[in-house]
Formats: sequence, structure tokens, C-alpha cells
Amino acid sequence: MKHFVDARGLACPLPVVNTKNEISSMKEGESVEILVDNEIAVQNLTKFANVRNHMIRAEKLGENQYRAVITVGTNREEAKTEPEDTSEEEVCIPSQKNHNVVVISSNCMGQGEETLGKALMKAFVFALTKQDSYPEAIYLYNSGAFLSCEGSDSLEDLKFLEAQGVSVFTCGTCLNFYGLTKSLAVGNVTNMYDIVESLSRAAKIIRP
Amino acid sequence: MEEIIFCRGGGCTAKLGAGVLERILLKLPTNTDPDLLVGIDSKDDGAVYKINDHQAIISTLDFFPPVVEDPYLYGAIAAANALSDIYAMGGEVKTALNIVCFPEQMDMNTLGKILQGGSDKVIEAGGSLCGGHSIADEEIKYGLSVTGIVDPKKIYRNNGCRNGDALILTKKLGVGILMTAHRIHMDSEEAFHEAVSSMSFLNKYAADVLKDYEVHACTDVTGFGFLAHLLEMLDGMHSAVIESERIPYFGECDQYVEEFYLTAAAQKNRNHVGDQVQFEDSDFVMEEILFDPQTSGGLLVSVKQEDANEIVQKMRAQQIPAQVVGYITEKQEKAILVKGRKKE
Repeated sequence: MKHFVDARGLACPLPVVNTKNEISSMKEGESVEILVDNEIAVQNLTKFANVRNHMIRAEKLGENQYRAVITVGTNREEAKTEPEDTSEEEVCIPSQKNHNVVVISSNCMGQGEETLGKALMKAFVFALTKQDSYPEAIYLYNSGAFLSCEGSDSLEDLKFLEAQGVSVFTCGTCLNFYGLTKSLAVGNVTNMYDIVESLSRAAKIIRP
Repeated sequence: MEEIIFCRGGGCTAKLGAGVLERILLKLPTNTDPDLLVGIDSKDDGAVYKINDHQAIISTLDFFPPVVEDPYLYGAIAAANALSDIYAMGGEVKTALNIVCFPEQMDMNTLGKILQGGSDKVIEAGGSLCGGHSIADEEIKYGLSVTGIVDPKKIYRNNGCRNGDALILTKKLGVGILMTAHRIHMDSEEAFHEAVSSMSFLNKYAADVLKDYEVHACTDVTGFGFLAHLLEMLDGMHSAVIESERIPYFGECDQYVEEFYLTAAAQKNRNHVGDQVQFEDSDFVMEEILFDPQTSGGLLVSVKQEDANEIVQKMRAQQIPAQVVGYITEKQEKAILVKGRKKE
């Protein structure tokens, strides 16, 4: 069953209260989609999700249109009785992950004009954040390493994905080669053995 | 008869966000009249104008949409809130004018009761209500424009606190949370009555006690919440330590915050000043109480440490739930440190 709360046109605290009521009938791992018309309501929903240990994703759809998806967390009953303690241990629930691995081996997507290729790659990473389920890991190598370093247009999206439990790995040799060792801004460094092992294990490998 | 239209969050929760306002105010010209002692360039709510060496007039106004269904109580609360600015500056109320927005098609008896509630408070304050101005509007709004007088040498600034001062708060926090629960019919009758009697209680009585003491800074806690008003008081010159344990608040808030009966205004307050506050413990309920927008909240006063206990005792003797809630320190990295409550 799909859970949905339309809280557009409702003032705080109703978006949160209605969402809370909907969640009371939901099971662990289930998601509810909430529509609201202001950013403050999104922030209050986020506060609610954090205190109750639910996972939340939110996006702006347009002027006065916001969509949030809350996935019911694993230890919400404890969260309810002891909010002070649970808020400290931030639990990220990987309920929305698949076993695919994304490989980004260039800062350009496809072959052709470089400006276009870069724009396409940026759009690709952004689109990853909008999928219903996230890959297990993202590997960045060769000039793909530029994407996880300072100055990259995709940093925010990669950070978002990492926050959703996606592992972001950048090839150490490549960082060295491009002189980017000190600029890595998201995820961790990896080596060829890890890359080979992870690609061998992946359900699917996605290469833009 | 048509029902009163309840705004989406009455009282001081209906205020514009502080951040939005600040940007606009910064663009307006500042004042040059030397007799204007407190003007727009200060963060005080009212203006103080010196008439002679012994007298200055205080002008202030405040109005908001209905915060309770009962028109008489609404009028009384709106008036108590408007009058409070005079007390926060150390003055005495002299005259007041009504500010009214009211739908033409609605029962005029309702308006009558609102004005009666307001008038009774002005009389209690020792002032005279002398007319006002009304506008036909879709939603009800009510408040007062108030004039008071003060000795220019004894004006309470809202930013004069000194290192080592004790901070006293004279009303319980949490009316915003209580009224939010009330609006969605999830509150208890006792909680509602407690909130209403707190909001309609004049700050006059607390101010009267303060007259015998040296007041370094004073402000009233309203829509921006305790922390933002404290931050104004610190004025970038000082820091403050707040002891959560001593914060007076309505007991029902514990339960209502757990149920997330939270306003948009509280979140706006958090967005505005949250980065200048360090919470020692993660205590979600206390955080929400400290960011909660207050309608007709109490006075927040900065006084000499050695006077603090005596002041609080005198206030308590008059049923004022005053507490020493913290103290002023030298400027630290974070403007406000909120100490945790002791775990049992």
C-alpha cells in the first residue's frame, strides 16, 4: 500500500502531525510521501524524522511545492520513549539501496564536445540522487576523480548520495596523478584491488 | 453568526521572521534628532523621546490575529502584550489607542468584547484608553498603540548587560507550544487555562519590583523566542550561559513537543539564531521550548548577581513565576551556551 500525505495548504504543526498519524499505521522500512507548500514545513518534518530515527529525503518540486519521503526507521519505538539518547546515534537506514555499482571513469559523459560532456555528467550524477533506489557504491577514476574534489559541480549531489548510505570511492592513483590528493571533498580513497573486487561483486555496473 | 476566523497561528507566532525584517530595516535611514533616545537603529521595540531632563515619552505598538476563541480574553492578551513594551523599558503606561481590523459582516458584539478585554487591561495598567482606529478587513487583528513616560536616566536598554549579571525570566516559556496543541484540539483544559492566564498577566507587577534595583538590561520575550531576545540583549558584546534546569516552562510542553505540536515560527527562530547557540546536551524538548515564540511573554532582565535572589523572592511573593535562568559572561565564540539538565 502506498502511503501519502497531502499537507499543502496546511499550517504547522499539521504537516508533521498528519505524517506522524500516517506513520503510526506503517511498518519498518515502509515509506510515506508528503507534499507541503513551504520550506519551514520541510524543516519541521526533517526535525521529526531525525528525532524519531526515520530516514528522510526532500526536494523542491517548484515554487511553493516540496516533496518529502520518510522511510520508517528500525528503532522507532525506542526513539519515541527516549528521544535524547537516540538522537545522538544517527542511524542511516539503507532500505533504499540496490546492489548496483556506478563507475564514473571520466569527467565527461559520452564522446564529443567537452562542455557538453561535462554538463551531461553533472546531470547524470544529479539524476542518481532522484532515483527510487540508490546504488551500493560509486567509483570515480581517471578524470572522473575531478567530480569528488573541491570545485566540482557534483559535490552536493555526491554528498547527498553519501548521506543516503552510498559509498563514494575515488581512485588514489588518479588523485595523485592529477595533483588532487588534498582536494578530495567527499567519500574515501580506494585502490585497484578494491575496484576490481567491488566491480566483480556488483549486481550491475552502470557506466555513463 | 459567523465564527471568528482563526488565523493560521495567532498571537506573536504571526510575526514576520526576524531575519527577513532585519534586512529591510537596515536599508531605512537612521534618525538624527538628538532628543530621540531610542529609535529604529536600536533593537528596542519602541521609541523613547526626551521631553526634558526628567521626562521622556515611550511610544510603542503591537497587534496580532486571534490567539484564543474567547473575544474578551483575546482582547486582554493582545493588550497585555502591547503594554508590555512600556514595562520592558522601565516606564509607566499613560495612554493607549486601539488598533482594530475587523470583518464588517461579523457580529459587532464580538468586537465589543475584544475591546472590553483590552480596555480592562489598560485600566489595570493605570492608563487611559482614548479611541483608536479601525479597518474593515477579512481577518480580525487587534492591539494597542501605547504611550508611557519614563525618567530618561532610568530607561532600561535592551542591550546594557554586564559581565557577571544574573538573568531573570519572569514568565514560563512554552505558550506557543501550548497554543499550537490547543489549535488542533490536542491540549488539556488545564494547560489552556494556564497559558491564557500567563499571557493576559501584566508585566507591570514584575516591573514594579524592579524599580528598587539597578537594571542593566531588560526586554520582553515575545515572538522571536527566548534565545533570539537574549541574543539581542547580548548585542555581540557579551555571551550568556543558560541553565536549562532553571528555565520555567509549562509542564505539558514535554508531552506536546514529543507529539511535535510545533509551530513554523519556532523553526524560523531556530533558523535565525540557532547557529549562535551551543547546546551542551542533546535535549530536543528544551531546544524547542527555548525557540518557542511567546505571545505576551515575560520580562528577561539582566541585574547584579547579588540582587537577583531578592528580586526573584519578591516577584514570587506576587505569584510571578520568576527564576534566575543564567548569567552573563565575557564574549565567547558562541553567544549562548545552554547547559544541560541533570539526568536523574
